[in-house]
Amino acid sequence: MNAAEMAELERAAGQIWDIALRLGLDPFPTHFEVVPATIMYEFGAYGIPGRFSHWTHGRAYQQIKTMYDFGLSRIYELVINANPAQAFLLENNTVLQNKLVIAHVLGHSDFFKHNAHFQGTSRQMVETVNVHAERIRRYEFEHGQQPVEEFLDAVLSIQEHVDPFPRMRPREPAEPPRPPRRPETAYDDLFYLGEEKVPVAPPAPRKVPPEPEKDLLLFIAEHARQLEDWQRDILHIVRQEQLYFVPQMRTKIMNEGWAAYWHLRIMRELDLPHRDYLEFAQLHANVLAPSRRHINPYHVGLKLWEDIERRWETPSAEERERYGRPGGQGRQRIFEVRTEEDDVSFLRNYLTADLVEELDLYLYQYENGKWVIVEKDWRVVRDTLVASMTNFGQPYIVVEDGDYRGNHELYLRHRMEGNELDMDYAQRTLGYVQRLWGRPVHLETVLDGKVVVISHDGTRPSTRVLEGARG
Amino acid sequence: MGGMHSISLQKQDWSLHRKGPIDQARHNAKVRDAIKRNLADIISEEAIITADGDKIVKVPIRSLDLPHFRFDNRRNKQAGQGSGDSRVGDVIGGNGQQGQAPGKGPGAGEMPGIDYYEAEISVDDLAALVFEDLGLPNLEDKGKAEVTAPDVRFNEIRRHGPLSNLDKRRSLLENLRRNAREGHATVGNWSNDDLRFKTWVQDIRQESNAVVLAMRDVSGSMGEFEKYITRSFYFWMVRFLRTKYDNVRIVFITHHTEAKEVDEEAFFNLGESGGTKVSSAYQLALEIVKERYPPALWNIYPFHFSDGDNWGEVDNQRCLDLVRQFLQICNLFGYGEIQEGGRRSISTLMSTFHHINDPKFVGVTITSKEDVYPALRRFFQVREALPA
Repeated sequence: MNAAEMAELERAAGQIWDIALRLGLDPFPTHFEVVPATIMYEFGAYGIPGRFSHWTHGRAYQQIKTMYDFGLSRIYELVINANPAQAFLLENNTVLQNKLVIAHVLGHSDFFKHNAHFQGTSRQMVETVNVHAERIRRYEFEHGQQPVEEFLDAVLSIQEHVDPFPRMRPREPAEPPRPPRRPETAYDDLFYLGEEKVPVAPPAPRKVPPEPEKDLLLFIAEHARQLEDWQRDILHIVRQEQLYFVPQMRTKIMNEGWAAYWHLRIMRELDLPHRDYLEFAQLHANVLAPSRRHINPYHVGLKLWEDIERRWETPSAEERERYGRPGGQGRQRIFEVRTEEDDVSFLRNYLTADLVEELDLYLYQYENGKWVIVEKDWRVVRDTLVASMTNFGQPYIVVEDGDYRGNHELYLRHRMEGNELDMDYAQRTLGYVQRLWGRPVHLETVLDGKVVVISHDGTRPSTRVLEGARG
Repeated sequence: MGGMHSISLQKQDWSLHRKGPIDQARHNAKVRDAIKRNLADIISEEAIITADGDKIVKVPIRSLDLPHFRFDNRRNKQAGQGSGDSRVGDVIGGNGQQGQAPGKGPGAGEMPGIDYYEAEISVDDLAALVFEDLGLPNLEDKGKAEVTAPDVRFNEIRRHGPLSNLDKRRSLLENLRRNAREGHATVGNWSNDDLRFKTWVQDIRQESNAVVLAMRDVSGSMGEFEKYITRSFYFWMVRFLRTKYDNVRIVFITHHTEAKEVDEEAFFNLGESGGTKVSSAYQLALEIVKERYPPALWNIYPFHFSDGDNWGEVDNQRCLDLVRQFLQICNLFGYGEIQEGGRRSISTLMSTFHHINDPKFVGVTITSKEDVYPALRRFFQVREALPA
């Protein structure tokens, strides 16, 4: 974009902002930075500009770069959940493409500001990750690049296992009840009157954790014995950054659908010349293109939002009667839904039989060397989809016991939701967990209906089958 | 943009921002390390030894994939989306990896379905890794050969030279130093004494003459595995010699009961049948050396690959004699015996060669594909030249 185009885009940005507000959006103030493609790849790879160095980020950078060099996807939007929100525009996009991105980003910015699941997130993450990166750089300087990299490898292999709801965890007692004091004077018993005189039973040994703990990073940071301070700090750093990403992972379909819903409406209001409108329609269609093996969150999300709006704006006779929907509440309803739901409840509550059919959703499976469609019943499709989004699509793994066999071994359990683990990956990941924990580690899961325990003692993994299935 | 809207647009200079490329370089270094660690597995891949030098091959590297707890996609149902007419039973993809969605970096869920990382590397780059510290052993200073391409290197600094070769940084430094010595540490007041010029030397490498005699058993007893190993070894050897040396001649000889000199293409493609008389090959090689490569002027390296299944004890003894004759004139004699899965015939050529007690003789037994790389390393480990 040259200077004239920048000026045009600035004007359009102001216009888009006004339209967004007029339509009812309430985004954070949003700052757009126009960047060259390499910078965009980089921010895409790191998720947030300035995050710590690690080869996996370098790999992501290379993958994204390759993809864009092949022209697989040229409009790329990246927006940081912050106040003010920060977003990036590609320098060599056309003005029209960037208008579309600005409109789209304002949808995200509104979503970040209002959706309930983002309310606990830090809005200063860019500053935070830069401080983190600086600390990790210092650790590399103090302890050597390789030990830091190896430790990060291990932490990143379980980075998904954090708990976004720490406040819902039952509080542990700050310390175990103290054993009764020995009498200090011969007259102590005079201070105890009647039934107060009995504190005798020794306290039961405290189980660690008292309840199954979902936050592996936190548990290891707090309970692994041989970790050094810098290692515990890295666990906390990775955990904190992961918690920033969790709400985005939980609301992918809603959030992208919401942004698509609004870019469509804002662009319509922009009074584009006919030629630009055609280009826009083409871009929009590309964004919505369905994928045979994945759910395109832009497409599915957009259709859900439009369907909700329609059903509350102009309810059918049945809906009016059964649910007492008066009609004319379309916009109001979608704003309520964007505030309250996440992908799991969004799909469970609003993915209807008609939508499953219209979107042509199905389930497929690997059979005899081929990927085959195996299910089209809308309820099964919806429920499987919802189940696959539980815990944002990651296996749900908890710490059962941090002192297994009284030997300070770590016992993890995979809570089955029906899907089986990739055993090869599980064994290798467990090797990393062992490195972090410093003592033998175990993971209980279910394979072919049997309870299986994988163990890793630091040299090699082993697997044993327990009798019978556990509920 | 004004305070009217809470929206702003800016364009900064990002030219100094290098974080992505730095981490990418780290990743590439790890890929290289991983390839080096797995060379033994990689270099015996059929796809690689049939490839051209500039062809990019995909090398599976598992260790570079950071594992995590994940579901087994092949055992679970997943959701997809058709274009309006999908039906149960439709096939939406063939074998292999789960398609990779254009990811959006972290948060999009790490690309599903990648079981290992596939590094891309050209066969030439791979060869460079394989040969990094290999060379022709015991190479002697014999009749320096045809001059090889001269190399120009800037490696010296002088006070005189053409202005186009002025070393500005050093000149500036000299000027500053001289001024400082004179009491005012500034740049300026230039004198010819301050100027420094880069100058070059012509780097002329001279190489000794060397000839490698590649002998290959093509008799009927050589099975698929034996042929494959032989091809694989010679593929890397030829590539190695051509990469590292400009003046090495290679003579290709095949044999069953009779030996003949063949061209490179025939050498790699020939499959014949019949009995085996190894001595025929050694005899031919000796004759070729005597006629064309006088040992006074040439470093000589005979190599022979066989399953060790020779015509009989008489010929084994003849071979032993011929090898001893060779050891008088050659720099190294390499013999590779291929025994799939380590099976042992009662009387193989190798057992006869056990009687040789000369450091110039190197015998290697190969029992699996992974042994090709160690064999290469044993034959081409650079040793100090032995006293003549």
